[in-house]
Amino acid sequence: MNQGAEERMSREREGAPASWEVFLRPRRGLAHQHVGSVRACDADTALLRARDLYTRRGEPLSLWVVRSDSVHTASPDERDPYFANALHKPYRYPQQFAPLTEKGPDGDHDH
Amino acid sequence: MTTTTDPAPRAEGGVRVDVHLAVHLLRLGDDALVLGQRLCQWITRAPDIEEDLALSNIALDLIGHARTLLTLSGRIDGTERSEDDLAFTRSDREFTNALLTELPNGDFAATVARQLVYTHYAALYYEALGGCADPELAAFGQRAAKEVAFHRLHADTWTERLGLGTPESARRMQRGLVRVWPYAAELFDEDEVLRPLVAAGTVPSPASVRPLWERRTAEVVGRCGLTVPTPRWQARGGRAGLHSEEFASLVAELQSVHRQFPGGTW
Amino acid sequence: MSAQPAGAAAAGHGEPGPQESGPGEPLDRFEALVAAGEAVEPRDWMPDGYRRMMIRQIAQHAHSEIIGMQPEGAWLTRAPSLHRKSVLIAKVQDEAGHGLYLYSAAETLGVDRAELLDALHRGQQRASATFNHPALTWADTGTIAWLTDGAAVINQAPLCRTSYGPYARAMRRVCQEEAFHVRQGYDLMRALCEGTPEQKAMAQDAVNRWWLPAVALMFGPPDTEAGGADARTAALGAAVSRRAMAWGIKRHTNDELRGRFVDACVPQAERLGLTLPDPAIRWNEERGHYDFTPVDWDVYRQALGEETHWARQRIAHRLAAHEEGAWVREAAAAYAARAQAGEPPVAQAAGASGPGRTEERA
Repeated sequence: MNQGAEERMSREREGAPASWEVFLRPRRGLAHQHVGSVRACDADTALLRARDLYTRRGEPLSLWVVRSDSVHTASPDERDPYFANALHKPYRYPQQFAPLTEKGPDGDHDH
Repeated sequence: MTTTTDPAPRAEGGVRVDVHLAVHLLRLGDDALVLGQRLCQWITRAPDIEEDLALSNIALDLIGHARTLLTLSGRIDGTERSEDDLAFTRSDREFTNALLTELPNGDFAATVARQLVYTHYAALYYEALGGCADPELAAFGQRAAKEVAFHRLHADTWTERLGLGTPESARRMQRGLVRVWPYAAELFDEDEVLRPLVAAGTVPSPASVRPLWERRTAEVVGRCGLTVPTPRWQARGGRAGLHSEEFASLVAELQSVHRQFPGGTW
Repeated sequence: MSAQPAGAAAAGHGEPGPQESGPGEPLDRFEALVAAGEAVEPRDWMPDGYRRMMIRQIAQHAHSEIIGMQPEGAWLTRAPSLHRKSVLIAKVQDEAGHGLYLYSAAETLGVDRAELLDALHRGQQRASATFNHPALTWADTGTIAWLTDGAAVINQAPLCRTSYGPYARAMRRVCQEEAFHVRQGYDLMRALCEGTPEQKAMAQDAVNRWWLPAVALMFGPPDTEAGGADARTAALGAAVSRRAMAWGIKRHTNDELRGRFVDACVPQAERLGLTLPDPAIRWNEERGHYDFTPVDWDVYRQALGEETHWARQRIAHRLAAHEEGAWVREAAAAYAARAQAGEPPVAQAAGASGPGRTEERA
């Protein structure tokens, strides 16, 4: 994560600035959603650029930027152990159970 | 073609005519139009693609301000000229923008310096305009103040990065400040057009925002390792239509297509 | 201490992760994924050929957005009304934005935007040759939007479902915005056609110059014999198209999309009262499509190369901006490096801030 000031300073090519992931709350009632990324040398500039790039339309409410290399991720090698838990557990879904009314699932109050 | 505000006449056959206010709004509109035109010249030439986007966003807002202001001005000056009549059929001697806004772009630092001077002034003045009695003008002031506040953030951000970046960027940024600072004073001038408007409380006084402008720009410039220039002269003349020689070509370029097709509709 | 380069996982920038190896042949699993119409994501194993084809296509697309800003950008200062000026600024800035979305998508494949721009500047990668034509009049801006962007929309709509996830996501965003480009272009042309005879003549002249480049260059070489390719070109084109289709990168042949474009434009031109410069355009009742002169690819080979004035001009313009901006990018990097290292901001303006320099100098 620490790339070192020297390394960054020696970079001269356009495109070299750090990558930032951009999250936008597009409207009230919704969570921030990942919309893409920008490149910028620092967080303030990343916010300005995210604003210019991702809020040209609509009425967005809030913007986050997070340095891409600060996002921790389960590596592909670990994918199976990480996500196996989601599979083969049909009892986590309501359809697996008897409907609450004669009308079937449509009559459920949570539908 | 018109702005979203409905230009309903105020009275049957009698639109309010206020020549002084019309001149003042025309000046503000010309500032925005000419600065927007200058920023358009950056697009596809900025230091990176993100700045092409940033500068075009600012230009777009400025052209929007110009449209509203020219429309209002043309409506109350008694001539019923549209925004396009005013933008495309006046001679360069009839433009009333402050000389600051027509300064050639120079390098990126010079453009940032020009933006710094203008955005700190416009943010303050539009905010004050947002409190004026005329509801249409107040609504414009409130909207424009928000947009210009973002432009100011962009200018502050770059002043800081250039001022505290490399020795070369600091040198260029200081040179940019030195170049534009003599052109700031004209923005705050009050003359025989403005004085009665200010006295009547129709519009706020530009001079009244100058002390805060000075404090704020000095704060930014100082924080960025730069020095506030103390120019020995001040540029004036734009408000009276006395422009730089380069200005004639700016206006010629702006109007070239429009003038090439007399009677054209766009 | 930290993180994988995580951008890829978040579908932003970043390096591709280590390629997955698991039970079953990776190629089989990749092909099964594509065959099922599932998206390929950055960390999935993918054949080198797929990765290369994807990088090439996304980069060319991104370059086209950036280079494509130039012909219209040249008219920003001359737009004949403030409304049209605003619209054109909004359009050109969308193109900058599209370029950025696409460079980000390409970066998920393990290349850097800097490398891609270097390749563009050195002539190793190209933008669409359509933009190697000059925009000579105001009507060109409308024609480019109506025809060239119109062609792009037809090309790009299927790409919203292309197999590579980050590209498809970028394209969905691009397509939403591109619809505005075509509409405003048509609207601009309509205003000219309803204006003075001189305005209409300007519109017709622009269409005369941009029609064939749009038909030929926006869709690529003919890849079917019906499209007018000689047997060899058709075979070559078809081979490339087949591979791209098998991988779910493309979904239609070039000629199929070209036909769709002509079908869309002919009635629009009729409504405008403009003549498309192809005497062979005629409704074919049997096929239910318009016939038109097949693309003679040899005519365009030269335009595709870099040895034309405008091809060189576009790159030179781009390169000049890049080089003149180097000191700004270096300053931003130096500022951020110092801030991140926790060093107090040091006034660097030594010599610039000394006494005497505060006064203006001519």
